[in-house]
Amino acid sequence: MPNVWKIACVVLLYFTLFAGFLMPVPELPILNESIRNLYFHVTMWFAMIIHMIVTIIYSIRYLAGGKIQYDLKAEQYAITGMVFGIAGLITGMIWARFTWGAFWVNDTKLNGAAAAMLMYAAYFILRQSTEDDTKRAKLSAVYLVFAFPLMMAFIYILPRMTDSLHPGNGGNPAFGQYDLDNQMRLVFYPAILGWTLLGVWITSIRIRIKKLWNSHEN
Amino acid sequence: MFNQIRLIIFKEWKLEWRNRAAMAGLMVFILSGVYISYLSFKKIVDVSAWNALFWLLILFMAVNALAKSFMAESRGLQLFYYSFLNPYAVILGKIIYNGLMLFLFGIITFFIYGILLGNPVQDMGMFILTVLLGCFGISSVLTMISAIASRAGHQSSLMAILGFPVLLPLLIVLIHLSKNAIDGIDFSVNLKYLTMLTALNLLVPSLAYILFPYLWRE
Repeated sequence: MPNVWKIACVVLLYFTLFAGFLMPVPELPILNESIRNLYFHVTMWFAMIIHMIVTIIYSIRYLAGGKIQYDLKAEQYAITGMVFGIAGLITGMIWARFTWGAFWVNDTKLNGAAAAMLMYAAYFILRQSTEDDTKRAKLSAVYLVFAFPLMMAFIYILPRMTDSLHPGNGGNPAFGQYDLDNQMRLVFYPAILGWTLLGVWITSIRIRIKKLWNSHEN
Repeated sequence: MFNQIRLIIFKEWKLEWRNRAAMAGLMVFILSGVYISYLSFKKIVDVSAWNALFWLLILFMAVNALAKSFMAESRGLQLFYYSFLNPYAVILGKIIYNGLMLFLFGIITFFIYGILLGNPVQDMGMFILTVLLGCFGISSVLTMISAIASRAGHQSSLMAILGFPVLLPLLIVLIHLSKNAIDGIDFSVNLKYLTMLTALNLLVPSLAYILFPYLWRE
C-alpha cells in the first residue's frame, strides 16, 4: 500500500478544514473566533520548518556524497518550503490585522520571518547565477548550510530575548501553556501532519517532472 | 597550522601595503560618507539615528572592503594555496586579517564620526568592545560569502544579496548592544546580548571552518 500516506493527507486536510471551522473553540478576549487561524497560520510555519530541515539534510548529503539527485531534491523542497513560508506570512498578516490592528508591526518575530524569506530568495538567486550543474549544487548547498543556523538563531532565539507581541516570546505565553485546550490539540497536530504530507506530495511530483525533464534534455 | 595562519595574515598585509589603492579607497569611502552625513545633519542629537548611521557606514564599508577578499586572487595564486596550504588555515587567516582590518577602519570611522557629528557614547569601553566583536562577526560572515560569490562569478551584486539576510541577526544584536552602550546602561542588562554576540562570533567562524574545504576543491 504505497499510497496510504496520500489518502491520509487528503483525509487529514478535510478533517482540518471541517473540524477547524466547526468545532467549538475556547472564547478568549481579542482573539475570539480568529483563534481558528491557529490551524492554518501556525501549521504553515511548522510545514515550512520541516521542509527547510529536509532541504538542509539533502544539501548536507550532497556535500558528503556528491550525488546530483540530492541537489535536485533539495531545490524542490526549498521551493515548496518557500510557498509554505509565504502562505504563513499572509495568514499571519491577516491575523495580525484583526488582533493587533495592523498588517505588519515592527516585531522581532516578524523581522525574523521576513529575513527567512530573504534567505530563500538569495538561495534561488545564487542558483540562477551559475550555469554549471555541479558548481551550482555545491555553492548553493554551502550557502544554505552556512545561513540556516543563523536563521534558526534569528527566528527562535532572538525573539525570546526581546519584547515581542507574538505569542511565545518576550514573556508572552505560547498557546500551549493555557489557551490550547485538548480539543484544539485534536485538530492542531493532525493539521501539521496534513499540511506537511501535502507539501511532500507536491514536492515528489515536482521532482518526478524535473527528472523527466532532465532525461528528455539529455 | 598556526604558522600557516600567520603566513596568510602577513601575506595579506604585505599585498595590501604594497598596493595602497584599496586602503586609500576605503579611507575616501569613510571620509566622504561621514562628511555627507555631517553636511546634512550638522550634529545628531537623536541617539537612534546616530547609531543607525554609524552601523550603516560600517556595514557598507565592510561589504566594499571584503568583496575583493577572494576575487583579487589570480588562478595561479589559488593553485599555489591549494598545493601548499591547509584550507582551514586559509579561511581562518582571512577571517582574522579581515576582522583586524575592519576593526582598524571601524575605530577610524568612529573617531572621525565622533568629531564631526558629536559623540553621545557614555560607556566607551562597552562601545569599543561591541565594535570589536561586531567587526569580527561581520568579517567572518562576509569572508565566507565572498568565497561563495567569487566562485559564482558576478561578484559585488551577489555579495550584497547573499550577505544581508545572513548579517541581519548579527546586526540586530549589535544595534541593541551599541544603543545600550551609548545610553550607558548597566552591564548586567547587556550581558545577555553580549553572550549572544559571543555565541554568534563562535558559531559563524566554525561554520566557515567546516564548509570552506567544500568550496576549495573545484
